This record gives sequence, structure tokens and C-alpha cells, in this order.
Amino acid sequence: MKKSQRTPYDGIVIAAPVTIPYVRYSIESAQWWIGRALGALVAQAGIKASDIDGLCVSSFTMGSDSGIGLTQHFGLCVRWLDTIPLGGASAIAGLRKAARAVQARDADIVACVAGDTNHVDSFRLTLENFSRFNQDAVYPYGAGGANASFALIARNYMRTFGVTREDVGRIAVAQRANALRNPHALMKAPLTLEQYLAARPISDPIHLFDCVMPCAGAEAFLVMREETAASLGLPAARLLSTIERHNAFADDPMQVRGGWAMDIGELYAMAGVKPDDLDIVQTYDDYPVITMMQFEDLGFCKKGEGAEFVRAHDLTIDGDFPHNTSGGQLSVGQAGAAGAYLGLVEGLRQVLGTAGPTQVSNASLGLASGFGMINYDRGLASGAAIFAGPSR
Amino acid sequence: MQSKNLLELAGAISSGAVRVVDLTFTLSPDFPVIVLPPEFGQAAPVRIQEISRYDGRGPAWYWNNVTFGEHTGTHFDAPIHWFTGKDLPNNAVDTMPAKDMIAPACVIDCSAEAAQDPDFVLTVPLVEAWESKHGRIPARQWVLLRTDWSKKGWRDYSNLRDDGAHTPGPNPAVMKWLVEERGIIGFGTETIGTDAGQAGHFEPPYPAHHFLHGAGRYGLQCLCNLDQLPATGAVIVASPLKIQNGSGSPLRVIALVGSN
Amino acid sequence: MIDPIKPPRRKNPLLRTRLPASPPRPRSRTSHGFTRAAAEGRFMLQRCEACGAFAYPAREACPSCLSPALAFADAPRQGTLLAETTARVPSDVYFRERAPWRIGLVKMVCGPTIVAHLHADCAEGAPVRMSFQLDKGGQAVAFARPEGDTPNMADDRQWREMTADPKFRRVFVTNGRSLIGQEAVVALKAAGAKTVFVGVAEPWRPFAGEDLLRRQEGVEVVTLDAADEKSAADLAADIGGKVDILVNTTEYVRAGGLLDRKGTSIARDEIDQAYLGFINLAQAFGPAMRMRGADGVNNSVAWVNILSVYALANWPAFGAYSASQAACLSLSHCLRAELRPGGIKVMNLFTGPVDIEWFQTVPPPKVAPRAIAQAIVSGLRGGLEEMYVGDVAEEIRQRLAANPKALERELDK
Repeated sequence: MKKSQRTPYDGIVIAAPVTIPYVRYSIESAQWWIGRALGALVAQAGIKASDIDGLCVSSFTMGSDSGIGLTQHFGLCVRWLDTIPLGGASAIAGLRKAARAVQARDADIVACVAGDTNHVDSFRLTLENFSRFNQDAVYPYGAGGANASFALIARNYMRTFGVTREDVGRIAVAQRANALRNPHALMKAPLTLEQYLAARPISDPIHLFDCVMPCAGAEAFLVMREETAASLGLPAARLLSTIERHNAFADDPMQVRGGWAMDIGELYAMAGVKPDDLDIVQTYDDYPVITMMQFEDLGFCKKGEGAEFVRAHDLTIDGDFPHNTSGGQLSVGQAGAAGAYLGLVEGLRQVLGTAGPTQVSNASLGLASGFGMINYDRGLASGAAIFAGPSR
Repeated sequence: MQSKNLLELAGAISSGAVRVVDLTFTLSPDFPVIVLPPEFGQAAPVRIQEISRYDGRGPAWYWNNVTFGEHTGTHFDAPIHWFTGKDLPNNAVDTMPAKDMIAPACVIDCSAEAAQDPDFVLTVPLVEAWESKHGRIPARQWVLLRTDWSKKGWRDYSNLRDDGAHTPGPNPAVMKWLVEERGIIGFGTETIGTDAGQAGHFEPPYPAHHFLHGAGRYGLQCLCNLDQLPATGAVIVASPLKIQNGSGSPLRVIALVGSN
Repeated sequence: MIDPIKPPRRKNPLLRTRLPASPPRPRSRTSHGFTRAAAEGRFMLQRCEACGAFAYPAREACPSCLSPALAFADAPRQGTLLAETTARVPSDVYFRERAPWRIGLVKMVCGPTIVAHLHADCAEGAPVRMSFQLDKGGQAVAFARPEGDTPNMADDRQWREMTADPKFRRVFVTNGRSLIGQEAVVALKAAGAKTVFVGVAEPWRPFAGEDLLRRQEGVEVVTLDAADEKSAADLAADIGGKVDILVNTTEYVRAGGLLDRKGTSIARDEIDQAYLGFINLAQAFGPAMRMRGADGVNNSVAWVNILSVYALANWPAFGAYSASQAACLSLSHCLRAELRPGGIKVMNLFTGPVDIEWFQTVPPPKVAPRAIAQAIVSGLRGGLEEMYVGDVAEEIRQRLAANPKALERELDK
């Protein structure tokens, strides 16, 4: 069957990028963190809560709540509602759905929010109950969680393409350099490649600095039409293009590529840009090796050339390929589903020129990607979005 | 007899002037029982199951449920136990005359012979030899066969070999003679069974059972401490449980022994 | 290659005995198809009856054609290890205590890829043979071993967590009077058991084979009348802390059912020996075994019952006996649940008529006591939960699965 041509996002913008600074452990609930983010959205956008008529929520730790419970909890009356349980792909997927909602005028202002708490044992409970396949066929095998699953993928990828730990480590080291400029990053000590290599093993070849630190936090943004933003006097970034894909390349015995590789032609064509045109790139960095895979699958280099690409580029804020400018999840922390939002929210601040200490000069065109849901042996969900600031 | 004589006896028991000898083995699950070919019905072994022991099942008290066959431990055989006594009146432990539960005993010491030969059998001439020393066995008295078998370890006590048990007992002639010529009230042994281990091969088989019960007399077995009894003059108290239509029962057997 | 495990030293009384922990237990209902396979030592995967594709993990519809007809079927065990990792800081208590723990992803020849526990001799890129094993939580897990045998293979640390190998363990065979008990003693000693305690009831009664039992090195004859509460408790007070494997060889077989027997005294003996004996043994030995489920190389690991296959379907010729066995089967499931927190396996070994005097008039085929003894050892080595020994038992199993009513009618003859 022939795939149909997608409708472009005409005049759809993203505004009010919000980050509620993370903490390692929180005694508060996920609802508390989401409420903080909604409050910050309203404050930053200068709107009333009643102006929000669409809500899109992602969280792992809301217990039995979903988006509908939150409407009453926070006194929101919306005419469009979605709950997106896609882990690291939640931000891109939420943005896509919200964009179409406002484009079709099912809603005027959609608040996209993700937040999670991190109680002392909540990460372990999330691991245990992640998915049915995980419960049946992964967790009982050493209970290594995502670390063990990604270790298998990383080991196979590194062996297949001759990638060394030094190659992968460059990504983590560059992100730590970026994080040192982000006051909200949980990791505050510099990281050298030597330290990276000497870290203790977690699940070979995954070592300590390949892993994100689970924490509590929230992220959010607003999606609306251009004229709505203009009427509110809100600086906003235009949405140029998105892709989303699930369970791609199911026949690959092991994951060496994500769903982006199926869709990047469309991603860049819809946006009318080339990879080279991008000023900043925010990948989903649950493990640096997955970032390397994204450099290939998002078209910055060919499959198998990720290591060389990393060696050839400076990934820091002031480098020739500014990447994960906030420090990414590896250095800021992974606040559950908010980790999916981290890159997109930081990317929005970059193209809006409001990133502060991590600002890349003259950034106007950005890409953020998402990756999530290691249901069994591979990450199933992938997505990406390209957006542009007012200066472009 | 006047009451004062009876009270005198009680006083003598209390003071120790009359010795009370316990002829009973402790009733326990590991005491050997009669072994029949396994295709026959078997005596249920003694089972002692705690009901409670000052615990959650009963905080202040200790008690057991006990189950056993009628012919386990030191036990009593009533006439109804054997086919020869099946039609006699008052032939079960609940109907037997209570006065038969107290009677004097003649103790015939064959411990030396039994030590030599596990298949030792008591014969008429041996009893006659005993009578020549101790006098004629009076009617309505127990005859107890002392073999010191009760002092053996349990394997030797049951002494099972591939052709059956080898333990001492009476021969047919002496049982017929004791019952018919001496009118004894019963016959007691230290072994499992009033009959010898090999008595199934006698004619008739199991003569002690055959003649005793056929004449309405009783059996006592698995006795101990017979070595503490005089050849004559001890009084045996043997009162089985009053089991409805019971063929026998474990019981406490005691002997009263005077000072002469 | 694996270094052989060393004979365990005596316990250091100053050290606390490590308590058993359970690996993660939750499973979907469908996934218990693997539990069944593991219990019987089979390797089964879901196979689509419409398109023939194998699927894993457990699914509700075929990922190739969406057919719901996904039956568990025996599957080829061959696969290739694609990648491995060693979990060093697991989030779960069981694995954290046993870390580093090695797992891998195996591409099966029949299609699916399976996350599996790895035998230490498995190498990336090399062929492996897959099995489902019951872990310490009693749940099925995939386990990859090298395709061929390797030296000291059964001594692998992770493999030994899945099995109940008698090697270096102390075994208690409850009834040494039976031929099965005597053969079990010999087989378990030959399998490397450190000590075999063997129970003898009524020690004053001689029995065939007694001399042989008493002469064997490493065999300790102990007094046990399992049907006697006190006897079981007394023995447990002596040896209960050193029983790593208990083999319940209680045997009380009498022909007859209901109407042609008079009274209940034989039935009572049957219940006394088989059922109450089981309860006495469980109450006397179970708690200590459950405590010692993680007690080093010679931890407590298994409880074995020898049951008649007629526990599953009554054989009127031995009808009351069948019922006593059914009672024991039911009790074994209770015991399995209660021993589970200790990681102790309860293995039921089902047999048809055994070649002993009590089945003298039953025509062949009959199971040799030695075959049962060998099955005990192989079942323990394989970590099984259910075994059918001999042709009769296997046939009854199949007929019961095919049509229980047909089996019932046909056993009436």
C-alpha cells in the first residue's frame, strides 16, 4: 500500500520551555512535580490556567493516575487530552499529537508536561514492572534492568562496528563539559576520558559513566498556533518537521539501528533542511552508545561511522557540533519521562536564545530526538523533531 | 475377709512391707509388636500425637491422642482373642469377671535354659520338677514363665530370622496340662506372645492361645521384672482397659510381693 | 572451562547463615507454558498453528500472522549466542548477592531471540543449547549451555542455582527397607553425595539388603518411622540441619479398593504411612530445609517424592492405594508452595507398578527400582519438578491428557 503524503505543520509553534530543577531523591509525588511544571508554564507564558484547553502528560510514577485524574487534580478544563506512556519518545510523540490538535483547532493551547518523582525505591519498582515482556523474559535474568539490556546492544554494536570505549566516552565527556555550565545539572564534577575509562563496570561494557542517574524533576512546554503566540506576545519556535516510529527493523537479530533510519528522508524533506544546516542537536542519551547510533541514523554520518564522527567533532557548546548542550541525561539526571523532554526543552531554549549559560551563539535551527521503551531486547520507540527560532 | 485386713494390706503397701513390682514396659511407638505375614491385617502400632503442649494449641495444658492395637506393648489376651474361645460367655475384656483381674502367681524360672536356646520350650516334666521344689500349682493362679527375655535389646528380643521369630514358650502338652490338670487362671511371658516364636509349627499351632482361651483363661505378655518375683506367693493385678467387646488391651501389670 | 567445586568445609559457627532470597517471580499467565516445560525438562516455545512461526517471549497472538493459535510445542534447542553481559550491580536482592551474573541474547535456530542465563563456558558467536530451568523462585527461565559437554560442566555456579545436583550434598533417604530406597542410596552415593542418611523403621526387624546398607561408606542408617510423629521429630533434631536433599521413599502398597476390603484398617495403614508420614516428615524437616536454601555449596535444595502414577487416575485394582497417592500428590503441591521461599524444589517422580513383591501379580512392564533411583539422580541434576519413569507412567500421562474419561473406563478392568 502506498504511504500518503503528510500535511505540513503550517504555523504551529512551541513556547514556554519549562524545567523544574531536578533532585536526586524526592519525597514528593509525581503529581507534585507535574503541578510545579504546570504552574511554571502559566507563569512563564503569562496566561491563566483556564487558557489551557489541551493537556498531554507523561510519567512513570503517577500510580493509578492518568491525564484525566490530573485535570481535576489541577483544576483544568480541557477539550483535548492525552497520556503518552512512551518513555524516552514521549516528548516527540506528545509534541506531534499536540501540534495536530492545535492545527485542527481541537485545542488552542496544549500544555505538554512530563514529570516523575524518585523515591528511594521507586526506580527498582519501575524496573520490575516495566512491561510484560520485561517481566516475563528480561527482569528475571539478573535483574540488571535497562543497563543489562543496553549492555547487550552496546556490546554487539561496538563489536560489529569496531567501536571502542574511548569513542563512546567522548560523548559522555563532552556532555559533562556542557553540564558544568548548567547550574541545574546534578553532576557538578568535571569528567575526563581517563576517569570515564576507569569507572567501575555496571554490566559490561556499560560502566558507571555510561549510565544516567535516576532523579526527580519535570519539564514542559506549550504548543499553539502562531497567531495565538503572537496575541500573547510569546516568543515561540516554529515546528518544521517530525517523525515517529515503533518496532522498526523487527527482523534485525540485534538492534544496531533505530526507527529514525526508516524516516529521516521525510524528516529533512518536510523541514526543507539538511543535517548540516542544524545549529544544535539534542539526542536521547540514555547511554552514549545510543547517541552514537542516532548520529548515524539521523544522517550525520553513515552506519558504522559514528565513532569516526565523534572523533572528528567537538560536541561541546562552543564546538563545531553543539550537542546535548544542557549536559543531557548523562550529566543532568534522568527524571523518568521528563528525560524525554530534556533535550527538546533545552533545544527550544537554544533557538529562542534563552538558554543562558549553555547558550550556543546564533542557534536558530535545532533537532531533538527521542528513543524509548526497551520492551524486550531493544528500544521500540523512536522520534525526532526539527524546529526553528524566530530569527530564522 | 474383714475390712481391717484389707486396710492392713493397704498400709503394708504404703509402708513398703508389701513390695509393688511393676511388670510393665513403657507403651511407646518403638516397642516391637507381633509380626504377621504382611498380607494379614496388622496390629496398629502405638502412635502418640500431641494435641497441645503449653503452646498455641492449648496454652496451659499438655495432652496427647494415643492410638494402638489391642495387642501392643505389655498386654492382656482375653478368651475371645482366639477362635477356641469365641463362643464362651463373658469372653471379652469388658465382660470378663473383675475378680479375675487379681490372682496369685507361680513364677517358673527358665532363664538359664532360655539363655542357651532361644527356641526353648517349657514341658510338663520341667513344671513337675518345679512343683517338686515349690509345691503343686494351685488352681486359679497365674503361671509366669521367666526367661529374662525382657532384658534383651529389641532386635534380639524379637529375634526375627528368615524362618520367623525364635523366642521361648510352652509346648502344647504343657499348656493342655496346665489348663486341664492344674486349672490355672492364665499364663504370662516376657516375650511377644504367650506362645513360642516358632509355635505356628506346633500341633495345635499356638498352643497357649489354643488351650488358654478355649478354656476361658487369659494371657499376659511382654512382661518384665519377673526376676523380682518369688517363685510363689506374689499377687498379680492385671486389669485391662474396658474396651467394648475387646480381645485384649495394653495394661499396667503390677505384682504385690510379701516380705517372706 | 570451569574449575570443579570444592567439597564444602564445615560450617563456621561464627558466621550467620545467609537466608534464601528469591529472584523476581511475577510472570504472565501465558508464560507459565515455560514453567510446565521446565518442570518436565522439555524445551517448548509457542508455535503458531497457522503459519508455523515460533514466538518468544510468551504472546497472545502470532507476531507473524496475528493468529491466536499459539500452542506450546517442543522446539529445537540450538541457538547462537549473539551477545553477553555481566550484571554487576543488579537491583534485586537475589541477584545482587550472586553478582556478577552473566546473561546473554541467543538467536535460536527456529527464529526467536531469547535473553538467557549463561553457562560460564558459553562464548559469543558460538552455538549453544537452550533449556528452560526452574530458578530459586520456582519460575521458568531460559538457560544457555555450550552445545557440547565441557569439563566439570555441572559445577557451573549459575547452573547449580537451577539444579539440585547431589554432588557434595547430604541426602536423606527416608525408607531404606524398600528396594527403591536401597537403590536410591547407591545411586546418590555414586552421584557424589557426601553422606546419605537412610531411615529404617522398626530396626529390630531384619530386612533384605540391610547388611549392604550398613556396610556402605558414607551411608548412615538412622531410625525413622515416618508415620510416628515423635520418631520424625527426634530424627530431625539429630540430622535436620544437615539434610540438603530429602528423598521420600515411603512405600506402602496393598491391593484392593473399597468393596472387596473389609473395614478401614488397611486404608488407615496406607494413610498412616504415606500421607501422615509425609506430614510428619514435612513438619520435622521442612522448616530447617527452608532456612538453609542459600547455605553455601551444600545448601538445602530439593525434596523428592516417589508417587504412583495412579495418583493422577485411580486404578481400582489398587484403588485405596491410588487414593493415598493422590492425597500425597495434593500435599506435595502444598509443600512446594511452602518450601518455595527457601528455593527448595519439590520433585515428584511418577512411576507405574514397580518390580517389587507387592506388584507381583501385575503383568509387565514394571519399573525396576534401579531405574527409579537413576531417575532421581538425573532429575536432581536437571532441576526437574515432574518426572514420569517407565512406559506405564508415560502412557498414563499421555492418556490422561488425551481423554481422562477414556482412561478412567479403561483402568476399570
